[in-house]
Amino acid sequence: MIEVKNITKTYNTGGEPFEAVKGVSFSVADGEFIAIMGPSGSGKSTLMHILGALDSPTSGSYFLDNKDVSTLSDDQLADIRRDKIGFVFQSFNLLPRTTVIRNVSLPLVYDGVPDKERIIRAEEALFASGLDRIYFSHLSNQLSGGQIQRVAIARALVNNPSLILADEPTGNLDSKTGEIVLNTFQKLNKELGRTIILITHEQEIAEHADRIITIRDGVITSDSKSHKKR
Amino acid sequence: MKIKDILKETFLALSSNKIRSGLTMLGIIIGIGSVIALTAIGTGAQNSISASIESIGSNLIIVMPGAQRSFGGPSGGRGVALTLTVPDADAIASQVSGVSAVVREVSSRKQVTATGTNTNTNIVGTEPSYLTVRNVSIDEGSFISANDVSSGSKVAILGPTTRDDLFGVGAENVVGQKIRISGSEYTVIGITVSKGGSGFSNVDDVVYIPYTTAGRYLSGNRYLSEIDVSAQDSSVSSQVQADVTTLLLSRHNITDPTKADFNTLNQADIIATASSVTSTFTGLLAAVAGISLLVGGIGIMNMMLTTVTERTREIGLRKAIGAKRKDINRQFLIEAVALTFIGGIIGVLLGVGIALAISSLGILQAVVSVSSIALAFGVSAVIGIVFGYYPAQRASKLNPIDALRYE
Ligand SMILES: Nc1ncnc2c1ncn2[C@@H]1O[C@H](COP(=O)(O)OP(=O)(O)OP(=O)(O)O)[C@@H](O)[C@H]1O
Ligand SMILES: [Mg+2]
Repeated sequence: MIEVKNITKTYNTGGEPFEAVKGVSFSVADGEFIAIMGPSGSGKSTLMHILGALDSPTSGSYFLDNKDVSTLSDDQLADIRRDKIGFVFQSFNLLPRTTVIRNVSLPLVYDGVPDKERIIRAEEALFASGLDRIYFSHLSNQLSGGQIQRVAIARALVNNPSLILADEPTGNLDSKTGEIVLNTFQKLNKELGRTIILITHEQEIAEHADRIITIRDGVITSDSKSHKKR
Repeated sequence: MKIKDILKETFLALSSNKIRSGLTMLGIIIGIGSVIALTAIGTGAQNSISASIESIGSNLIIVMPGAQRSFGGPSGGRGVALTLTVPDADAIASQVSGVSAVVREVSSRKQVTATGTNTNTNIVGTEPSYLTVRNVSIDEGSFISANDVSSGSKVAILGPTTRDDLFGVGAENVVGQKIRISGSEYTVIGITVSKGGSGFSNVDDVVYIPYTTAGRYLSGNRYLSEIDVSAQDSSVSSQVQADVTTLLLSRHNITDPTKADFNTLNQADIIATASSVTSTFTGLLAAVAGISLLVGGIGIMNMMLTTVTERTREIGLRKAIGAKRKDINRQFLIEAVALTFIGGIIGVLLGVGIALAISSLGILQAVVSVSSIALAFGVSAVIGIVFGYYPAQRASKLNPIDALRYE
């Protein structure tokens, strides 16, 4: 499904160019569940943004479903994000002053899904992410950090993407809610065959994945099967 | 993305930030409203000034007794000096070319009484040509006839205000009634059409009688208080004014024109002075209106630009979840258009409303011009759309991550 070859990302902001990702290569098969680990600032989010077709690499190539993403136009990338990818941002990025249900159904608006179906699918996604029904019509700025996180996850699930990218999706959750979310990811992976890549700092969570990739200073330092705690 | 969804997105975006939308619209409303109201007031004032000047008469040269108002010279009070005579007027009529009519006037303020009522008003002793020279029309009855002048008959024509004062507002059958002025009885033979009270001098508060009668019973002498000379057309009015001056100087045996014992006033000069005053006035109002449009425009610009950061993040997010560039562009264009049009329509209504309110309060007949609406609307629409749409259009070109990171 994913094939990245020698990807680099250089930031030019603030005087000296800074290479956040320094030649990363790996491939991901359909239906894999991968955890990416590494210390803060090691380039995990940067890599995820490239995998999510949100940002383009400075050099190297990225094939998604055998299509070279680096040659696609802006609008073609938008189509890929809309149809194939569900992204949970580390900083969530909900629309301010907008209800939970609208935040979650927004991707479907751009997919031309009819009004009624949007609501049904948004509610399903919210149930899957474990958010209580009473919050569905709350505004996004009236939620706790954990609730926001679950809304962000629900929004990533709502378009039934084949690739789900989650940047520390359990960072703000207590262990019990974290468990619910992880179970959701596992179910999506096992039952629906979705490919999942998530970033985490916790070994405990990483163990839920099939494979763990560790990044340090923009390079992969290890890439191995996990010890499967499930 | 369907049109219905774009409209819904626009509506939700605008209503989810009511303060921002409200302030943006307020800028537009004030900008447009003030331009429309101010230009309406300006045009109205200009119209009322030129209308009241034209109501004096047409191509008129007014000759009044009294010393020339020149530097150092003594200035006699208007109408006090006794220098103009009926033969002076006859000489103007027969010797000056380009004159279409000459009106002799003997005026004074007197107490007028009817049965049980009285009023202090302006008694104008004059003759038949007054009607055409001074643009006065008769509503009821008739005006002074040549016969009345030659025989010095005691007839009176009332202005509508005087009629109201003496006989009650809108009273009928006044023609044929009697009034008394300085102890003599006069028969009312006509009522004039209202010219509208303009400013402090209410031209409708007047009683007309033959000037011969006025000379005999009111002033008690053979002097005139004013001679109105009507030039054949505006092109000769300066020449007529000069000729009248020369003629009267020689008749009064005065060699130094600065020592003249009369004044001439040319209506063309009054119009020129007044129109230079009104055009300054209109220019001033236009400047005030322009400034408020500018302030309104800066307000719109400011609101649109201060939200760019937040909106850029929003654009990044929308793109991240699958919005195409054209979806973003359309939404923000419709948003900007909706804001400027809703604000614009309210602004036009406000401006027109103020103009109507001023007119209905009788302060001024404000005239709303289509061009001021078009200008105000156009300017704020352009500002609103440019500053609402252009930053969004630029942000839509960023990749989602750069847009989400925008500071
Ligand atoms: N837009 C940017 N401009 C300049 N430098 C950047 C930019 N984004 C990230 N970086 C730098 O790139 C490096 C990697 O950042 P990244 O966000 O990928 O780290 P991370 O591994 O996700 O860290 P964390 O675990 O704290 O989220 C950091 O040193 C950061 O300072
Ligand atoms: Mg990160």
